[in-house]
Amino acid sequence: MRVWEYGEDALLVELADVAAVVALRAGLERDPVAGIEEMVPAARTVLLRLAPDADATHVMALVQRRSLSAAEPEPGAVVEIPVTYDGDDLDEVAGLTGLSVDDIVAAHTGADLTVAFCGFAPGFGYLVGLPESLHVPRRREPRTKVPAGAVGLAAEFTGVYPRESPGGWQLIGRTAAVLWDADQDPPALLRPGITVRFRPA
Amino acid sequence: MNDVKMIEVLAAGLLTTVQDLGRFGYAALGVGRSGAADLASHRLANRLVGNAEGAATLEATFGGLRLRAHADLLVAITGAPAPVYVGSAQQGGNAPFRLPAGAELRLGSPATGLRSYVAVRGGIGCDPVLGSRSRDVLAGLGPPPLRAGEFLSVAADTAADPVVDVAPVETPSVEPVLRIAPGPRQDWFTAPAWSTLLSSAYTTSPDSNRIGVRLSGPALERRTPGELPSEPIVPGAVQVPASGQPLVFLADHPVTGGYPVIGVVRRADLGMAAQLRPGQLVRFTAR
Repeated sequence: MRVWEYGEDALLVELADVAAVVALRAGLERDPVAGIEEMVPAARTVLLRLAPDADATHVMALVQRRSLSAAEPEPGAVVEIPVTYDGDDLDEVAGLTGLSVDDIVAAHTGADLTVAFCGFAPGFGYLVGLPESLHVPRRREPRTKVPAGAVGLAAEFTGVYPRESPGGWQLIGRTAAVLWDADQDPPALLRPGITVRFRPA
Repeated sequence: MNDVKMIEVLAAGLLTTVQDLGRFGYAALGVGRSGAADLASHRLANRLVGNAEGAATLEATFGGLRLRAHADLLVAITGAPAPVYVGSAQQGGNAPFRLPAGAELRLGSPATGLRSYVAVRGGIGCDPVLGSRSRDVLAGLGPPPLRAGEFLSVAADTAADPVVDVAPVETPSVEPVLRIAPGPRQDWFTAPAWSTLLSSAYTTSPDSNRIGVRLSGPALERRTPGELPSEPIVPGAVQVPASGQPLVFLADHPVTGGYPVIGVVRRADLGMAAQLRPGQLVRFTAR
């Protein structure tokens, strides 16, 4: 673990992998360190925004002592997302993985996934926990337009586009679930730490 | 909130948005803070008309804004010193003034700076989104940019009666120098890159916006090749994409970014960065 001061009121923690990000974030949520006002996880790093009166050196020392062993899933927070598996890149993914479409659906629906972090667009969650057989590179040419609800794969991640946007993930299906609604509280269906299961619609 | 539409937008200029202090606590869901790009000017405008801290103002980019009052209003304009006209009479900036019902307010082009803030006593009234009336141009959240023909309401976000007649304010610097501290990925760059950044004049690019100020000048060379897994961004972060040309993130910065951050501009200097005009030179100094 490496920790830097990042600007005047934040720390950036760098970890070995996304599993450690999930573990550190979950641990700090369950058992908070005084002085941390907000946590923003990403792929290998976690931003810790500090309270104005926080002692950065002290917070840094406490964070460095935290365990990075696998986090227990949050009890009760399981979101099921129904998916119609008819994405434009299904054949491509089948070619890349050597799996049949049925195998892809079984692997995608069979995993307990965790929201590691959000980004790219409001409510876009990067889900981890896929079997390695579904790890595929992103498309060489990103699409200029991906519809809202499209379900995609990229490297170790899977996720759902909350709204129409450009995008480079391999599309395997679509869902009618609403991922983002700014009029709701919370506005996002997914947030870091929760467990997600996809099921055939 | 008062729903009476008291302000008619006659012209919106290049870009005028509603802004307040921003939305807090949604970064982990992929939503940044947004808020006024030059927070000090926004706060001053609110203070001059006796508004509460959370009141919303109008952020006008390069003047060009024309409004008609449909009620007697108390107004103050701060930030980039755009000439202000009420009807045909010129009005000073950084001071509250009465805008009577029926009168037209017009902002000319500022001689220096880029963003002017128009506060109306009570604040601009529109429905907050996730606790803020700020327009986030990257996330597409908050009230859409102003359009000619629309009407704005005035809220009731007042604090004390206004007591300041005029605030002494430095006009935006012609040769701004931004104080910068090393960022988390300074070691991804060659040793000369940091001294190049501190010793060169960079030109503000015309494709700058509320997301960030794009600069052009001597390229900052990477030592570490390869991709950086996306990591969180803070306001003032100076990110260096593959071109080697630095970009200073402003209020509507993305929550995460995939290019290394070489340094972070001091928070107190972000308003100065937000006032950089296309073509203007800017320098950095180690704080």
